Amino acid sequence: MTEAPLLDVRNLQTHFRTPDGVNRAVDGLSFHVNAGETVAIVGESGCGKSVTAMSILRLIPEPPGKIAGEIRFQGRDLLKLSEPEMRAIRGNEVSMIFQEPMTSLNPVLTVARQIGETVRLHQGLSRQDAERKSVEMLRLVGIPAPERRVKEYPHQLSGGMRQRVMIAMALACNPQLLIADEPTTALDVTIQAQILDLMRDLKHRVGAAIVLITHDLGVVAEVAERVIVMYAGRKVEEASVEDLFANPKHPYTQGLLGAVPKLGSSLDGTTERLAEIPGLVPSLKQRIEGCVFAGRCPKVTDLCRAVAPALEPKAPRHTAACHYAEKERLAA
Amino acid sequence: MSASPNTPAPLLRVDDLKKHFPLRGGLLGGVTGHVYAVDGVSFDIAKGETLSLVGESGCGKSTVGKAVLRLFDITAGQVVLDGQRIDTLRQSQLRPMRRRVQVVFQDPFSSLNPRMRVRDILAEPIRNFGLAKDAADLDRRLAGLMDTVRLPRDAVGRWPHEFSGGQRQRIGIARALAAEPDLIICDEAVSALDVSVKAQIVNLLQDLQKELGLALLFISHDLAIVEHMTHRVAVMYLGKIVEVAPRRGLFAAPKHPYTQALLSAVPVPKPGAARTRIVLQGDVPSPINPPSGCRFHTRCPYVFDRCRVDEPLLKPTSPGHTAACHLHDLPADRNPLARDATPLH
Repeated sequence: MTEAPLLDVRNLQTHFRTPDGVNRAVDGLSFHVNAGETVAIVGESGCGKSVTAMSILRLIPEPPGKIAGEIRFQGRDLLKLSEPEMRAIRGNEVSMIFQEPMTSLNPVLTVARQIGETVRLHQGLSRQDAERKSVEMLRLVGIPAPERRVKEYPHQLSGGMRQRVMIAMALACNPQLLIADEPTTALDVTIQAQILDLMRDLKHRVGAAIVLITHDLGVVAEVAERVIVMYAGRKVEEASVEDLFANPKHPYTQGLLGAVPKLGSSLDGTTERLAEIPGLVPSLKQRIEGCVFAGRCPKVTDLCRAVAPALEPKAPRHTAACHYAEKERLAA
Repeated sequence: MSASPNTPAPLLRVDDLKKHFPLRGGLLGGVTGHVYAVDGVSFDIAKGETLSLVGESGCGKSTVGKAVLRLFDITAGQVVLDGQRIDTLRQSQLRPMRRRVQVVFQDPFSSLNPRMRVRDILAEPIRNFGLAKDAADLDRRLAGLMDTVRLPRDAVGRWPHEFSGGQRQRIGIARALAAEPDLIICDEAVSALDVSVKAQIVNLLQDLQKELGLALLFISHDLAIVEHMTHRVAVMYLGKIVEVAPRRGLFAAPKHPYTQALLSAVPVPKPGAARTRIVLQGDVPSPINPPSGCRFHTRCPYVFDRCRVDEPLLKPTSPGHTAACHLHDLPADRNPLARDATPLH
């Protein structure tokens, strides 16, 4: 792929000033997303994955937040744009789906008004055209009887339908990049399966690139092409989805994969004890000198505590930030 | 730990339990309808056994847990603990039963009183039920509880906000254990936790069950965790149990179309895994106005005429395995669930 990536994030630092010190929620994150690609960012609570998503769209209140680095979208650095320029991008070229479809829709506006708002604003459609577009979008996301639903209020819809409305809203202006922050976490499994199917199907039809933020490794395996693993505000590993699950290099990724119970384990008699990652995520309020995972890593050495490992290629198109992973490879 | 120990009298027996919540509305605030949250549920749990109650939001699984805890009066049915009906006990007679059945809640942030130190949180049940002989015995018990849940003993002097989510859940478990119960109801007890912490708590619960011989009613929507923990599983849909089976039976050969769909819907952390996915159409109907006949008929891929009018009863399909589905009355060659129909291979 010689073309410039659609989104190129370089050395992103999103810090928050708090009464007891600076919280380095995202600390030097770099990654890129190619046109039409699905990239998942995974990690546990507080690893900085949602803050990354919010930073891309500059939805972080400043102050107390502060975003530094570069966020290049189609060659333009979003961090250098004025607020009006940013507004022309949000919901238009880059749009976002949030976790809570209950709280991210306006309860006093009809579905038509909410979907229509984006197309009227960005594409200058009339009220009638906007309503037609809303119906069309609801049909696209598979809501039955869209002509009727479009006149309803969010409380009249089920959770799964609200999430479909959110997706319809996000896609109304044909964005090139869709950021989905835990889009199925609040949904039941059978509804989650519907929404994941919908996202896969729409991806083929609409062709938008997707940044999927999630903690659910099952969802990652089903949807993503490339995966970025975050821990304590940093990227610790990046690989294609097949590589990451088949051959995780970073001890944190290995730990995470071992800690997930696998459905079907009783069939092949592998319901053994789950692997634990002992200890806790370090506080982000102190600058961490060595490796961020050193405090919990089973393979920790003095080197890890002193020197932060750089992200290095450990296999073709597979990078990890671990001193030890490379040593293993060299030995082998 | 495969089959449930077949003791003659179960520790807990729930028989045709119903809980209907009245809906009020209209000008005079009269009863305008009912939410049929739990509508005829029966199961039992043996001493030292884990029974999991699984299903999606609104299926009534948490209501069953609350009914067993006697957090409200039930509409109909029986709850029998060790041979004694507890649903008819008066408030004043409930205390001994409360000691024997304890609960661990989902959210470790709201289930601990932020104004009580860990010491007081854990001492409360011990004092309530008069378990400690004297102050020294109380301290011994507190230290023992902290050891049991793998927290440092000196942490008893700290406040809940000083702990992480996983540590708080350990405190919640210690509080449940303080009363020396026979049965603990875990209502989504690990659902709010991060992957790595979830594994710690799941392992802890399994260890405790072995060490202390506890029975668990494990209420969860997470089938992978359930498969990991449980001896038997009961699947609920819209206030009814649709299938009960030993663990292996349920996951290897589900006998209800809903169970099959549920298993097929869970995303598996295995990229490119070829699975037969059954994506159910539509949403769960409202428990205010549940569908006629089989409650699953509006979403069932195998629905036929009888399902719309005739409610299926739980019938045995193999030893210990029951399912409520008319398909099993059909000849085997016309029953898609006759053979092992697991979507997990």
